[in-house]
Amino acid sequence: MKPHHGAHTSNSYIGAHIERVEDYRFLRGEGKYLDDISREGQWHAAFARSQIAHGKIRSIDVSKALAMPGVRAVITAADIEGDIPTIPFRRPNPTIGPYAQPIIARDKVRYFGEPIAMILADSPELAEDALQGVVADIEQLPVMIDCKRAMEDKSLLFDVTGSNLASIFNADKGDVDAAFASADFIIRDQLSTQRQTALPMETRGLLAEWDAKNGKLTVSGAAKLPFFNRTTMAAMMNLPETAVDYIELDVGGGFGARGEFYPEDFLVAFGARKFDRPVKWIEDRREHLMAIGHSREASCDVELAFSKDGVMLGMRGDLFINIGAYVRPNGMTPVRNAAQFMSGPYRMPAIHIAAYACVTNKTPAGTYRGPGRYEGNFFIERLIDQAAAGLGVDRLEIRRRNLLTHEEMPYPLATVLPSDGRADTQCDSGDYRVCFDACVQEANWAEKSKLQGKLIDGRYHGIAIGCFIEGGASGPQENARMVLEKNGDISLFAGSSGIGQGIETILAQIAADYLEIPMERITVFHGSTNLLKKGWGSYGSRATVMGGSAVIDACKKLLALFRISAAKRLGVEPEAITIAEGVARLADGRSVPLAEVASDHLEVDGSFKNQTPTYTYGSAFAHVAVDPGTGHVDVVDYVVVDDVGRIINSMTLHGQVMGAAVQGFGSVFSEELIYNEEGQLLVGSLADYLIPTASDYPVVRCVSMEQFPSPTNPLGAKGAGEGGIIPVGGVVTNAVANALSSFGVQPKTLPLTPSRVWEMIEDARVRA
Amino acid sequence: MKLPQFDYQAPTSLIEAVALLMAGKGDARPLSGGQSILPVMAFRLAEPSLLVDLRNIPDLRAIEVSAAGVRIGAMVRWRDILDNAQLKDALPLLPEAVDHVAHYQVRNRGTIGGSLAHADPASEMPAVALALDAVIEVVGAKGARDIAAADLFTGSLSTSLSHDEIIVAVRFPAWPATRRYAFEEFARRRGDFALAGVATCYDVDAQGHAKNVRVSALSIADTPIRLKAAEAAIEGRAIDADAIKAASAAASAEVDPAGDIHASARYRKALVGTLLGRALTRAAARTAR
Repeated sequence: MKPHHGAHTSNSYIGAHIERVEDYRFLRGEGKYLDDISREGQWHAAFARSQIAHGKIRSIDVSKALAMPGVRAVITAADIEGDIPTIPFRRPNPTIGPYAQPIIARDKVRYFGEPIAMILADSPELAEDALQGVVADIEQLPVMIDCKRAMEDKSLLFDVTGSNLASIFNADKGDVDAAFASADFIIRDQLSTQRQTALPMETRGLLAEWDAKNGKLTVSGAAKLPFFNRTTMAAMMNLPETAVDYIELDVGGGFGARGEFYPEDFLVAFGARKFDRPVKWIEDRREHLMAIGHSREASCDVELAFSKDGVMLGMRGDLFINIGAYVRPNGMTPVRNAAQFMSGPYRMPAIHIAAYACVTNKTPAGTYRGPGRYEGNFFIERLIDQAAAGLGVDRLEIRRRNLLTHEEMPYPLATVLPSDGRADTQCDSGDYRVCFDACVQEANWAEKSKLQGKLIDGRYHGIAIGCFIEGGASGPQENARMVLEKNGDISLFAGSSGIGQGIETILAQIAADYLEIPMERITVFHGSTNLLKKGWGSYGSRATVMGGSAVIDACKKLLALFRISAAKRLGVEPEAITIAEGVARLADGRSVPLAEVASDHLEVDGSFKNQTPTYTYGSAFAHVAVDPGTGHVDVVDYVVVDDVGRIINSMTLHGQVMGAAVQGFGSVFSEELIYNEEGQLLVGSLADYLIPTASDYPVVRCVSMEQFPSPTNPLGAKGAGEGGIIPVGGVVTNAVANALSSFGVQPKTLPLTPSRVWEMIEDARVRA
Repeated sequence: MKLPQFDYQAPTSLIEAVALLMAGKGDARPLSGGQSILPVMAFRLAEPSLLVDLRNIPDLRAIEVSAAGVRIGAMVRWRDILDNAQLKDALPLLPEAVDHVAHYQVRNRGTIGGSLAHADPASEMPAVALALDAVIEVVGAKGARDIAAADLFTGSLSTSLSHDEIIVAVRFPAWPATRRYAFEEFARRRGDFALAGVATCYDVDAQGHAKNVRVSALSIADTPIRLKAAEAAIEGRAIDADAIKAASAAASAEVDPAGDIHASARYRKALVGTLLGRALTRAAARTAR
């Protein structure tokens, strides 16, 4: 199907398989990350963090630390005048106010790793040495690490609220009681996903510089949403927004976690301003694990109602999300998303889901790629496979009967209240059966289905398929400034930020097609607040759609100016001019190339406003082999078929899908942030937090389609950065259950560690 | 996770190195490949005041194969062992086990002496040394002495070495032509610390029965341990399916592992038996050289 935005573009770059522009510098080791920059006379920060998960602070004595070599200063809550600032929410709601995170603990600590003091010293080593000199006297309070225990309110994290429940989101649609009353079959289960973190390879880091003469703060190390963070920082610092700049360098991954506003962000800047010194901080991996946003700790008690032929009638139940000790800027996103998106790509006429966001004495949670969607998908896909068995309906057929069709678009999902500004949403376009059937084909289901439950060479084989939708193109707006340089090249200043996803390539491709000039003539600058007046950033799979559409607007405006400039030079009316391939032409053969009007200083601001999300959709297939002796699960084959509306670059797209799928394997099998009963995090390094490595999993096979462009934007594109991870938990776990069907094993809890898989088999053997 | 402050010396003789360790009074530590001590220091779990780098000391890097057995210098790296053609015949269990040691980069730096001195119960080398009756040659302030592998490991990350003693070499008895062997371990990802592992070998007598059966296990107790019940279960028997089953069951029965964040105790106990079963199956399938 042709894209629907008209014939303006020669379309030679969009849709192509183009190597990433950024990779030339990355592969040569020329990337510039935060730790690659330093300033004369800078101090280094290290954070003393509470080793007590819940307690009242009696005193914090920093005198020993201050006396240690190279230590310049130590900041504690006592150095902050007035109330301790709290970090604002990106999507507020009426109940979460009291749960905001203060930038340093003053009276109380609520999680292991909460900052209680910041050391400033001449080197990072000396700063770390001095952590031993911070002596905290903390009166221990009862520790709550479990969501349901916390909800009993026996020990409160926030006395002022009288509750450990920060919010309850209700997702509703149709008459759910009637749906269940009329059901032929109901399946109910209690399932859970484990606490994880996004784990960008580059840990967090900042370099803050205070220009006392001009009263200006510059923060390097921005990622994800520099403009929001600038606004936040300016307000907390009581500075005008224009007095703060966020500078983006190369960023080693974001995945939802890196780039949010954290307590350290304020403290580093506070130190720089207070002492008029550049202050640099790079998080080490151990503190990264205990301090960056966690995610995914969710459990459910949910039931699905079906007719006897496998048609979904309704869904109801409760979700319990452990959000940790505070509500961070986007801490509610996974909670409300899990409730709204659990029905996913399926026609679900009636829904009532209550999602409970409870605070506990663990690191505060935020978003991680596919927030809430991954969890919800795991829950519903596990239920669907069990329903298929219970109903005696084929696993393919039960999905095909319930997948949304083109005729039903746009299709409304459940309404989620309290509203965070997007209570209602609807699937935008597509025929979800098309990707599904393509996935069945690509996976060779007919052949593979003969392997189900079979023991071959000591391993049990299993297969499964699952379906997903991915919300993308987060609003409200994105901007792009475009300048025609003296040599006729184009500089493009994007409000989108680069977090490793390749926007320098994507945005240049789009601009090149719309300007009809070679891509090499376009240089993309991005992510810093000093590049353009307004911008948003990269989150919610938005950079291609939102940033790309803003670039289109800029291109149109630039071409309009080019037309006027060329008309002046040729002494004609602008309407007489035709522009093609970077040259303005008249019918009589006279022409003006773009470079020739550079002296007119052509500069435009493009923007794109959109509050309507795009929904990429697709299906994923997994084939696993389980070793019953060790509990090891080998992913033999994995296929993802998605429809992204319009493919801009199949190479970066498949990089996103493949990377996300493999990241999901880490979620299913090995990554877990485990706490003991005292609330101490037992995972301190990458020897304990086991992320997938290149040799652990097979090549993920990706097939992408563009049959149904999104009607929400001029590209017809849909956000595609997260879909790859969303179905992994459900489809892989269902494949494991299928492999172990002779034992009747039904996994309820992730991750599927070898130990847990073996125990499930062993327990089933004992039962039998 | 930044290194604490420490002094560094790289002496050119053993005598000098021992003198430095002695002067350090337990606060100085030898530095070999640095693959364990440096991360431990970065985590601030150990803060020695002095690291005595053994890199400039001559004669610690030889692999000597003779009729009497194999002698491997303490500074021999895993990579050297894997690349050595003689060891594949003279001590085949060793390269098979070393192949499981961590990752490429670690195998390029880590040393056999360093691994033995570090005494991580999850490491391959201590279990292999135990199974093969290796003798550890050390030099210290009181002179040189030999320590039997069985006497070296006293607890998790602790040995019978005194603070001024340096491992200089490891000796392995000659490898009989009729010996069968296998090393098996299971880790959550290749190269991770094993959840459990076993090294086994036995000699085959004229009747085809197993003699001198050795089974050692790693990552199952505070130190590598011999699984003597498993050994006894098959000593003198033909290694057939029944024998393997018996050894496997005995191994699981005799161990009492702890659970941790990676695996439950119950799982580890069963896993030892599973791995021994697989190791013996492979060992029995090997043809005599």
